[in-house]
Parts: sequence; structure tokens; C-alpha cells
Amino acid sequence: MPLDRGLRAFYGTRPEGEAAFLASKIAVSRNKSPASQSRGLPAENDRMLKRSLLLAATAAAFLSATALGAGAATVRYANQGDLKSLDPYTLNETTTNAHLGNVYEGLTSRGKDLAIGPGLAERWEMLEGGKRWMFYLRKGVKFHNGNDFTADDVLFSADRVRAQGSNFLTRVPKDAKFTKVDDYTVEVTLPTPNPIMHYQWDTWYIMDKEWAEQNNATAPTPASAQTPGHAALNTNGTGPFRIESHQPGVRTVFKANPTWWNDAKKEHNITEVIFTPIGNDATRVAALLSGEVDIIEPVPIQDIARINASPNARTLTGPEVRTIFLSFDQVRDELLSSNVKGKNPFKDKRVREAFYKAIDIETIKSRVMRNLATPSALMIAPEFFPLSKEFTRPKYDPDGAKKLLAEAGYPNGFEVGMNCPTDRYVNDGEICQAAVGMLARVGIKINPIFEPKAQYFAKVLKAGGYQTSFYLLGWTPGTGDPHNVLYDIMGCRDNPQSTRGESNLGGYCNKKLDELTDKILVEADASKRTGMIAEAFKIGNEDFGYIPLHQQALAWGVSKKFSIPQRADNEILFYWARKE
Amino acid sequence: MPLFKNADAARETAMLAFTIRRALQALGVLLAVGIIAFAMFRFAGDPVNQIVSIDTPAAEREEVRRSLGLDDPVPVQFGRYFLRAAQGNFGISYQFRQPVAQLLIDRMPATLELAFCATVFALTFGILMGVYSALRRDSLLSKLFQAVSLVGISLPTFLIGILLIYLFSVTLGLLPSYGRGDTVRLGWWTSGLFTLSGLKALIMPSITLGLFQMTLIMRLVRAEMLEVLRSDYIRFARARGLKTRAIHFGHALKNTLVPVITIAGLQLGAIIAFAIITETVFQWPGMGLLFVQAVQNVDIPIMAAYLLLVAAIFVTINLIVDILYTVVDPRLRSTLRQPV
Amino acid sequence: MADARTTTLAAKPPGFLARALDSDVWASFTRSKLTMAAAAVTILFFAAALLAGLVSPQDPFNPAELELINSRLPPIWDAEGQRPFMLGTDDQGRDMLSAILYGLRISLLVGFMGVAFAATLGITLGLLAGYLGGVTDTLIMRIADVQLTFPAILIALLVDGVAKSVLGGHLDPATTLSVLVFSIGLSFWVQYARTVRGSVLVEKNKDYVAAARLIGLPAPVIMARHVLPNVLGPVLVIATINLALAIITEATLSFLGSGMPDTMPSLGTLIRIGNNYLFSGEWWIVAFPGIALALLVLAINLVGDWLRDALNPRLR
Repeated sequence: MPLDRGLRAFYGTRPEGEAAFLASKIAVSRNKSPASQSRGLPAENDRMLKRSLLLAATAAAFLSATALGAGAATVRYANQGDLKSLDPYTLNETTTNAHLGNVYEGLTSRGKDLAIGPGLAERWEMLEGGKRWMFYLRKGVKFHNGNDFTADDVLFSADRVRAQGSNFLTRVPKDAKFTKVDDYTVEVTLPTPNPIMHYQWDTWYIMDKEWAEQNNATAPTPASAQTPGHAALNTNGTGPFRIESHQPGVRTVFKANPTWWNDAKKEHNITEVIFTPIGNDATRVAALLSGEVDIIEPVPIQDIARINASPNARTLTGPEVRTIFLSFDQVRDELLSSNVKGKNPFKDKRVREAFYKAIDIETIKSRVMRNLATPSALMIAPEFFPLSKEFTRPKYDPDGAKKLLAEAGYPNGFEVGMNCPTDRYVNDGEICQAAVGMLARVGIKINPIFEPKAQYFAKVLKAGGYQTSFYLLGWTPGTGDPHNVLYDIMGCRDNPQSTRGESNLGGYCNKKLDELTDKILVEADASKRTGMIAEAFKIGNEDFGYIPLHQQALAWGVSKKFSIPQRADNEILFYWARKE
Repeated sequence: MPLFKNADAARETAMLAFTIRRALQALGVLLAVGIIAFAMFRFAGDPVNQIVSIDTPAAEREEVRRSLGLDDPVPVQFGRYFLRAAQGNFGISYQFRQPVAQLLIDRMPATLELAFCATVFALTFGILMGVYSALRRDSLLSKLFQAVSLVGISLPTFLIGILLIYLFSVTLGLLPSYGRGDTVRLGWWTSGLFTLSGLKALIMPSITLGLFQMTLIMRLVRAEMLEVLRSDYIRFARARGLKTRAIHFGHALKNTLVPVITIAGLQLGAIIAFAIITETVFQWPGMGLLFVQAVQNVDIPIMAAYLLLVAAIFVTINLIVDILYTVVDPRLRSTLRQPV
Repeated sequence: MADARTTTLAAKPPGFLARALDSDVWASFTRSKLTMAAAAVTILFFAAALLAGLVSPQDPFNPAELELINSRLPPIWDAEGQRPFMLGTDDQGRDMLSAILYGLRISLLVGFMGVAFAATLGITLGLLAGYLGGVTDTLIMRIADVQLTFPAILIALLVDGVAKSVLGGHLDPATTLSVLVFSIGLSFWVQYARTVRGSVLVEKNKDYVAAARLIGLPAPVIMARHVLPNVLGPVLVIATINLALAIITEATLSFLGSGMPDTMPSLGTLIRIGNNYLFSGEWWIVAFPGIALALLVLAINLVGDWLRDALNPRLR
């Protein structure tokens, strides 16, 4: 029977299960009389012919319209992450901050070497050891809509950045009081001294009070906003670029701002930046090599050599100020995921030291990171701490590690789960896998819990109840100052009222370090302060509370026609860029 | 006469009843899929961590959670979702902070163009190769086609994609390995069909996506052609002295094409859904890629809307086919009424 | 009614292998040669998977055996290749040959178990639907309809996501395996159910069943005695071809990142890892697992074609 034949054509050949279903349709069609079919067919042909003619005509009409050559100084930029919200207080994330840093400006700024310099404030004075500050604002600065920049805008921005819904609450101390002295002078007073108050102000972007009020955008757009407000889809900054169009996740177009206050001395020659997010590594590289984009970030490190070998692109690499490290749960009496019951092996310093010594950082550097990492003995990058060079890592020593484990009562090692993100840091999953192998050789059996960052962060952060026994994390101090690391990462988290140690996932705690941290905050004498920081890090290292691994490398891929200084905090800022 | 009229009326009533029942069933399927989709994805991850930064305090996280309505009872969340979905509002994407409907519409042209080109590719080559291998069953070329068809069935989609990329992008550098190339805006529709780079970008994804369908069509055409060529009807035509060419293309192929076009139509839904894999391999900015990214980022609104959309496409195509068949051939009604 | 039965029994089309058309002796000969080769390859792969522990130079699942310093070595015939890594190593120093053998083992394990699960589920539901009829039948067949709305890969992604959320976000390799088996079983049961149900419907109305009923044989016995033997052939054919599909589905899931973890890679996982190095010249990480997967699926498909013909002499 023909029916049988038609059916067999589909049975079992579909990857989905609908074969039988299709077969029934075919069975039906097969039953049709030849007459009805021959009637249907010419019409079908006719329609297809007409359609193709129409297509051809339309094609001809549009072919001419497509030859839109890019302007001479148009830069096309692809990043793995997208630009989520344009509201400068919605999301505290490096890529977003960098994007908006082209459009908005802070009272301070950071140079190519990350040195703090004047921004919208021409200069400032710190008085009474950091309890009182005077900021002298730049005159003649205009927002993109033509409004003047004045002290009112600073006061407004100080309120807005600390209002509910802002993700930048720590940028400006909660108890700082802002007073307008005159249109171009602002006084800030604090109940307790804070000499590093302005360290993160380069990314506290100043907004226009009048514009916000006109557009009903006086409140910051919370990250959870169901309907994006005006400020989330539009910008009005003072910076060198303004945003002309913005399709989240698809494309954002920046145009040079001819009325920028520093336009006369501008270093860039860019008229337009077209930003597109490209999440896939290989795709991003292909886009650079084919000349479709002028700059990509990041470059997957296995493709660096290929890009450098290509005729029209090169990579910019350098150490990033982010430190990648491993650490352990040192708080619970029994680990969440381990075969050791009734006690927590990581409370024993010898076990932590054994883990440290089992990690062969040089091989990770050469094989996993392809030499694009700087092994680190400290939890902070050398850029932020001048005495870094005086610290060295304990030597890689698997035999010593085994001995230490035996001394601690684990001659045959033990099992423990390890949390690791797989899409957050450079080769994070590979680093963790390498660590698994190295630890296996000293007898530690790691049960990998390697996950995308969404699931990873949901567990290991405070909101998830610090559900981890052993983990990998990366940290860039937002202030560019060691105090941030000592307080957020290495500080005790035993006081629920305090924000100290909020990102200390393993709960390492040494009160002596905390005391030093508090002194470091208010110490005005630079060399004394550096000494105290060194002492604090020494305490941390002697406790083996953390295994710092390395500062990962920055890797940007740029067209040979394009140049841009690479800043160590991984912010891509076009006001220093030049394109031929 | 009265008898005839009655039968006519009865037939119309039956048809109407059939159509209504099919439509209701389709709605039922959609509702079931909606419940499943929402219930599943509601628990597939914590969207809060996607929208706050690592150092956001716990209280702030709780606030975000509350404002997203993620702490309401699940039935409430589902009810809210469905009510809004009925009005074409699938919520705001967690990642993009844009209406999901808008995101899907933005990416729909890419997927539909890819699906269209894949179908055209599958139909053209499937029919040509099928006809040829039915008429010249033992020629070398036929054997080659059969081998290609076996490869089309055996190789996983992603492997075909990788292979093409390796050959034509990495080694030869002829075709782009990702994306749509330049597109032209036609109202809300973006098209890659009118630019050279757009057409070049379409080649490999279309082949990857269409290869399986091409195999299917080729096998079907070949089997049907062989069947029809042996039938009495063709023998009669031959006996009447019609030219071989006329017999082959005027009669045999014609009779083959109806099931082929039916299959191609029904497969359109499958192609759109299967584009998930092809779009991932080629980073094609369509709905499938959006879906995969949504799964990775636990973007519940997008995932739920995409599932409903796929279900709706399938259900609609099947419904149309069902109804068309009843209209075209009343004899089928009794068949169709049985559970298939 | 006899037609309806062959309908439900129907297997794959008379593809180029299946068209063992009576007159064509030469073609038939070629076909059998190809089938023999395919069978040999299948057996070779099965044996390699079974003996992976004995023949591989390395246990790729044991991290203590991986030396990072040996990572990304090219195959042995390359100047930089090193013994004993015949096919080179991956980014973690995993011997590709060993990884492929162990990966084959996982692919086949998931394939067999997924198919067994699908067949059991499908046959049971099919018998129930056909035999009980009425509401049960409607319900089961409606579920089948809804299920058909989605391709297997979507269903499997869903199952994976649900399992992850229910089991607390991360799955250890053993659970991942069960989830893969479960999702594949859930994706492929409909074919079996429809085949079996159709067969039951046909047999139900036959005289001998009525006679058996008359002499008081309970219906389940009738079904088990007369229906099951009739459907075993087609079920076996569906199962063989489904095995290839199950292996593809597993590989696709692992490729998309919803399958086996990097520390215990299946063929799909290896291909995903290798795909990252496609542009950087380390082609062997993706090529060898890809070839292994393609060969395996091709061979099983050919054997399935042959099996279908052998079990359906009417086609000749």
C-alpha cells in the first residue's frame, strides 16, 4: 500500500517524537485524488513565481540603499557584556560604569594610570583629617541639553545616589552632609573622618537636577524596575560623548559632544561609537578579524596569538587589578559538602597551608593562562599597594602539603565540594579544574560544583547564606585602595549589624586585622598607613586564610587602525581613543 | 432533493463542530503548555542575582525580590503572568529591561528568514535530488545523494555547523562564521536578504538547519516517485503514448509534491524550534539564541514567552492543516475525528 | 484494518539501504557489505566503551592522573606530539583517546538507558491506552499531543532546568546521568505508545480475541499473549533508531552546556570544549570526538536500517 510507504519515510527518522503525527498527515494527503492535486499545483507554482519576482524587485530597490559606508572616525565596539541600564545609579558593574563614563562625569576622575585627578571639581580640600571637605566646581560646564552644571546638581546627585533603588549606596557615605556654599562650591561634612571618601567618586556620575525633575527621574531606577524610567533609556551628562540611540542588548550609538568643556584639549578624534554586545568568544574574535569591529573586550586568551598574527588587528594586554583567589569555609563546625564529619578541617591552619602549597601557580600561569597572568602573593594588585614586591608566595610543595595534611590528621586526604563560576573570570572553570587535579595529587578529592555565575553567586553570596566549603572568587577594590579588600573580603563577618566582611564568603576572621583596618581608614600619614596595610596583609598571609592566585590579564583586541590606552581597571574609555 | 439538502446541512454542522473542537483542543494544549512552562521556569534559578551586583546588601536584594513579585504564592504569580500574557504582555525581561514581546518581535525576522531560507534550501535540493535518484536509481550521483542523506540524518546539527565553520570560515575564510551581516530595515522587519554580507551570512546556517529536512524530503520524493511511477495511472499514461518527460514531470512529480509541501509546512514549526541549536552555533541573533541566553541568565519572562510562542506556532500550523484537509476532502472527516 | 496495523508498525523509509529491491542483486550485495561494516564499527565502539578502563592509557575522569603541563599537546604524528598521547590532549592534559573511549561509554550508557526507559514507558502507556480506551486513552493521547508540541531538545532542556532547581542548583555527575536518561526517555516515549496502542486497537477487534474472551481468558492475558509479540519487532526497530537519536540528543545537550560536566566529559562535552579552540589552531580537541560521534551514530543508523528490513520481510 502507498500509505505504508509514505509513513515509513518518517517513522523513526525524526529527532523529535512527532514522526507518527507527521505520518498521519501524510497518510491523509496520500488519500487525496490525483485530480484535486493537479488542480492545486499550478496555482502554487504561480504564486511562488510571483513571490520571487517581487523579491527580486524589492532586492533591486534596496541594494542601493545599503551601501552606507562607516564614517572615518566611527568606532565599532563589541563587548561580551551588554549595557543594561543607562541610569548611572542602577548597576555597579565595570562594563556599565565604563560605558557611562563616556557620557557622564564625576567630581573626580582617574587618569590612564588610575591616578585620581580633577573632574567636574577643579580642586578640593580635605580638612579636619577627613571630617570636612570643600569641593570647588569647574565653571562653564554644560550638560548635553545645554543646562549649566552647578552646585545644585551635585547636591541633587548626592541625594539621588543614596536614595532607595540605587546600587551605589556605598559611593557616598550615608551620613555625609552636602551644603552649597555658592553656585560653584560645595562643602561636605562627616561625623567621623574618612580620608578616602572621594576614592570612588570617579564613577559617581553627576546628573542634571533640572533634567531629572522635568522627566520625572529624580529617583534612581532600581535594577528591578518593571518599567524602565526616562533616565534608564536616556542620558544627559556633561561628558565627551552623548548617547544618540540605545537598544538594550542590541546596539547603542554614542556621538561626540562638541560642547564638551574640555573639547579644545580633547585627545580623541572619534565622532561616533557603535556598541554591540557579542557574548560568544569565537564570534567576537571573528568580528574583529573580519574588520567588522574596531575593538573587542575581552579576547579569549587562546585567540591572542591568532589575533596578533593577523594583518589588521592586535591585542592589548596587561595585568588587570582584579585578584583571583581561592578560600575556604572557616566558620561552620562541619562543612556543607565533605566526608569529614563532626569537624571542619579548614579550621586547622595546617590544612589551609597544605592547600596553598598544593597549588602549582606557575603551571596554571603557563598552561591555563598562557602566561597572561601575574601570580600574586597578596589579595590586592601591585598597582594599589607599593609594598607588594616585598611579599612572596610560599613555594609549590606537594610533598610538604601531604605532610601537613598527615600532621593535621588526614594522611589519606579528604573529600570536599568546590564552588566555581564558569563564565565570570578569565578561564575560571579551567583554573578550578586545574586546582582539582593538583589537589587530587596530594590526596584531596574535590567534588566540583562548577556553574554559570547566576547559579554560583546565588549560593555563595550572603543572600544565599554563604553556601560553600571551598570556592574561587575574583575581586577588584572599587576604591582602588587596600582598605576595601581588608574590610569587605578579609574582615570578620561576626557582627550582623556591620557591613564588614560582607563578601568574606568563607568567614575568615582575625580581630587584629580588623583593628588595623579601622586604623588604616583614618590614618592620614601615607607611609604610616602603608606600613599598617603591610602588617594587615602579613597577618592574613600567616593565617593562610586565602590562597591568592593571580591578577588576571586584561586582553583587548583592537584594529591596527585604532589606538586606545588600556587602563588596569578594564574600563574602555573612548576619550583617549584615536582612529585613523 | 430534501434528503440531499439535509445531508449537506448535516455535513456543514459536522464540519463546524469538528473545527470548533479542534480549536478548543488547540487552546487546551496552549493552556497546558503555559502551565508547564511557567511552573517549570518559575523555579529554575534566582533572577535577583542577575540584576544586582556582588556587593549589594541582603536587604537590597530582598527589596528587589519583593518588587519583582517573586515572593508571592506561585498560583498568584502564574495567574498574574497568564492574565498579562492574554493581553500580549509577557512582562519585562530581567536582562534587557525591555518588554519581552518587543524583544521577541525584534528577533523574529532573523529566525523567520533563517527558517524560510532553510526550508527553501531543503525543498529545492530535496526535490531535485529525490527526483533524480528516483529516475536514475543506480547512477553514481544517486548513490552520492543517498550518502549525503545518510549524513544528514546521522550527524548532529551542531556538528554540521562546526564542520562548515571549520571548512568555510577557519580554513578557507570564505564565509562569515557568525551573525547576520548587514541588514536592511523594512518597517519593523530587518532583512539580510538584500545585502551581500547578509546573504553570505545566511548560507551556512541555512544549510545546517535545512539539511535534515532536505534529507527527509529527498527520501520522501524518491519513495513517492517510485510508487507513483509503478501505479496504474502512470502505466495508463504510458500506454496512451505520452512522452516520458511529460509523464515524469507532468504527472509523477505533481502527485508527489502535495505530501512534500505538506511536510514542509508542518516542518516549519520544527525548524523554528530547532533553530535553537543552529542559532547557538552561528550566534544568529534570533529567537532561539535569545532563548538559550535566557536559559543561561534565568530570564523567566523570555523563557516562558518563547515556549508559549513555539507551542502556538505548532498548534496553529496543525490546526490549519487539519481544517484544510476537511475542507478539501470530506471523506477524511471520519478519519480525523478519531484520535490520531 | 490490516492497513492500519502496518501503519502503526511502520518503521523507517526504504532509504537507499532499505530499497533492497528484488531484482537488484548488485545493490543488495553492496548493501550487505555496508551493513557488515556498520555492524563491525558498532561492535568495535561497544567493545571499546566496555573495555575503556583496560585499554585507555589514562583515566580521564581521575583528576590526579591529569598533568596540566601536558595540556594542549597535538596528536602523535605532529612534531610536537608526545607519547603516550596518540590523539593529543585537551586543555587540562586529558588524553583525547582515553577521553573519547570514556566519553563513548557515557554516550552509550545514556543512550541505552534512555531508550529502555522510553520503551518501557511508551509500551506501558500504549497498552493502557489501547486496552482501556475511553478517558484513559484520551488522556494519554492528549498528553502525547502536548508533548509533540516540543522537540526533544526543548523538553530535555526543560527537564534539566527543573531538575537543577529541585535538586538545589548543581547536579553531581551521577544525577546528571539520571537526568539525561530521564529527559531522553520522556522525549521519545510517544512513538512506542502510538505503535503499541495501534496494535492493541487492531487486535482487540479480532475474532480470536472475542473467542478468547468467550472462553473466559482475562483481557490482560490476551493482550500480553497476542499483542506484545506482534509489536516487539517494530519496537526493536524504533529502539535501534532511537538509540542513535538518544546519543545525538545527549551530545547536543552536553554541547549546549546542559549535560555532562567538563570533569567527566561525554562526547558532546568534549566537542563543546574543543569548539572554544577551533579558531586557535588546536583542532584535535574538537575533531576526534566529533568523528567518533558521527561514526557511532552513522553505524547504529545503518544497523537499524538493516534490522528494519530483516524484521519486515514484506518490504522486499
